[in-house]
Amino acid sequence: MTIPSAPGAMRLTHADAASIARMRARHPEAFHAPPLRRAAPYLIVALATALAVFALWRFEFSPVRLATGLARLGDMAVLMVPPWPGGLAQAWTVVKVLGETVAIAFLGTLLATAFAFPVAFLAARNTTFSGVARFLTRRGLDGVRGVDMLIWALLWINVVGLGPFAGVLAVMTSDFGALGKLFSEAIEAADRKPVEGVASTGGSHWRQVRFGVLPQVLPVIAGQALYFFESNTRSSAIIGIVGAGGIGLYLSEQIRMFEWQGVAFAIILILIAVAIIDRISGVLRAAIINGGVQKL
Amino acid sequence: MGSQADHARHWREVQRRKRGHTLIFCAGLAAATLWSAWMSDVNLSKLFGNIGNFFGYFDRILTLDSGPAMGRRVWTAPGEWLWGLDKWLPLLADTLLMAYLGTLLGALGALALCFAPARNLTPNPWARVAARRFLEFCRTVPEIVFALIFVVAFGLGPMAGVLAIAVHTAGALGKQFSEVVENIDMKPVEGLMASGAARWPTIRFAVIPQILSNVVSYCLMRFEINVRGASVMGFVGAGGIGQDLIEAIRKFYYADVSALLLLIVLCVCVIDFLSEKLRHALLGREAHA
Repeated sequence: MTIPSAPGAMRLTHADAASIARMRARHPEAFHAPPLRRAAPYLIVALATALAVFALWRFEFSPVRLATGLARLGDMAVLMVPPWPGGLAQAWTVVKVLGETVAIAFLGTLLATAFAFPVAFLAARNTTFSGVARFLTRRGLDGVRGVDMLIWALLWINVVGLGPFAGVLAVMTSDFGALGKLFSEAIEAADRKPVEGVASTGGSHWRQVRFGVLPQVLPVIAGQALYFFESNTRSSAIIGIVGAGGIGLYLSEQIRMFEWQGVAFAIILILIAVAIIDRISGVLRAAIINGGVQKL
Repeated sequence: MGSQADHARHWREVQRRKRGHTLIFCAGLAAATLWSAWMSDVNLSKLFGNIGNFFGYFDRILTLDSGPAMGRRVWTAPGEWLWGLDKWLPLLADTLLMAYLGTLLGALGALALCFAPARNLTPNPWARVAARRFLEFCRTVPEIVFALIFVVAFGLGPMAGVLAIAVHTAGALGKQFSEVVENIDMKPVEGLMASGAARWPTIRFAVIPQILSNVVSYCLMRFEINVRGASVMGFVGAGGIGQDLIEAIRKFYYADVSALLLLIVLCVCVIDFLSEKLRHALLGREAHA
């Protein structure tokens, strides 16, 4: 959004009637927008509101339901204090499944990065070797990304059985789609000049990618992988709900058994773990960005 | 002044330090990998022994398992395969509607909360920290966990799912919005404050016009994410198409699994495509303005 510069604004305030008429003649659309354009924002808001009202009606929202639900939530919050699973042995179990969750997130992200890295070069316009390969990889990545992590977990449980390994594979598969797309976008955004430099010295396609593109995209890719590790710690906390390891199984069991103190304990542990990983990955990301700058 | 030998030594020194850093990094990565492999019961022999099951599963879900066309590939008898379309399409529409309402309510919440954590608009550090922690809580607790709890509080059905999506969305969008707010041009804000405007008029006339296009763009992106999220809300009884999907998976209705997955993936792809077009159109108009 550009803001009119001060001198222009000054002149406008001192404009006489003639110059206003001139302005009107020169910019008719600024003074007399077509009615439809002027009505458009109101139309959009009205449509959005109508759809929202329809949805509220369809999903049977009602003040009474909302009030009883909120009151029940309040009761639960009271029952959550103090957050404690009932004994040291139980607490140790929760810490262990939390460790499992972090492990699932870490290994899943690492594997996803390793697999998405080469595929991204196929999916990027400036590094792929054929348009058909690019189209196929892109659509493949879209398909993989369209299926939620929980569904992948259910599919992998068929292969390796219940347990955290299925979780690792689920995180890997669903992130493969997302990271592949992000990496290929980073590659496409890379500056052409280093590539042209390598090409001008007679470097092959492979060398152009290795010395022209790779040094530019590596810090970006590392940053994105770290960011995904962080967000995967959150999502791998839930795949236990379908039996793929981690703290999710414990959490859903506690909720179904109305053990609110245990629920609160698990949620607080997840919050702490995510905060720690957030801090570490922030430091690492900053180091990577600085390192990248130093190399340039 | 450093001589050539000095330079060479310095260069070797720098290289050595860099190699040392790389070595430490690789060792750390290897240790973390081994630890997580041990923690998560990685069993490669099981994986490679049963990898056939993975492709076998796709083979089975793509084969009709009952009816007159039994044993044939699903796409040879689309009528048989998509038999439940009359039931599934409304469920899919419900899923989209859940994502829409959840995104809308969450965005409204985020918009109400996003000015408090912004450094440039809220000088009080306590209010800032409190707002920030609250948003962090909303987005760190996964939406399925909120859904599990809300199903107990509000009863089974899409209402719990919508509220879960809304709370999570408020946390995620609130952070993104407040970052946008921190990056605005402060001159209009100063202008309004100089003329004696109160907090809300300042925000309405100096901040909102600057952040609106980014806000809309983030909302559309979050809607894409929420469509995916809404498709699994049914796993915990919080409405949408997920209920039918998990039933089909658990009860081994193979052909139904592939039909439902196809519908979900198609729907997600179409939404992604449309929202990307819309976002580019919005940002394009912004660039021209």
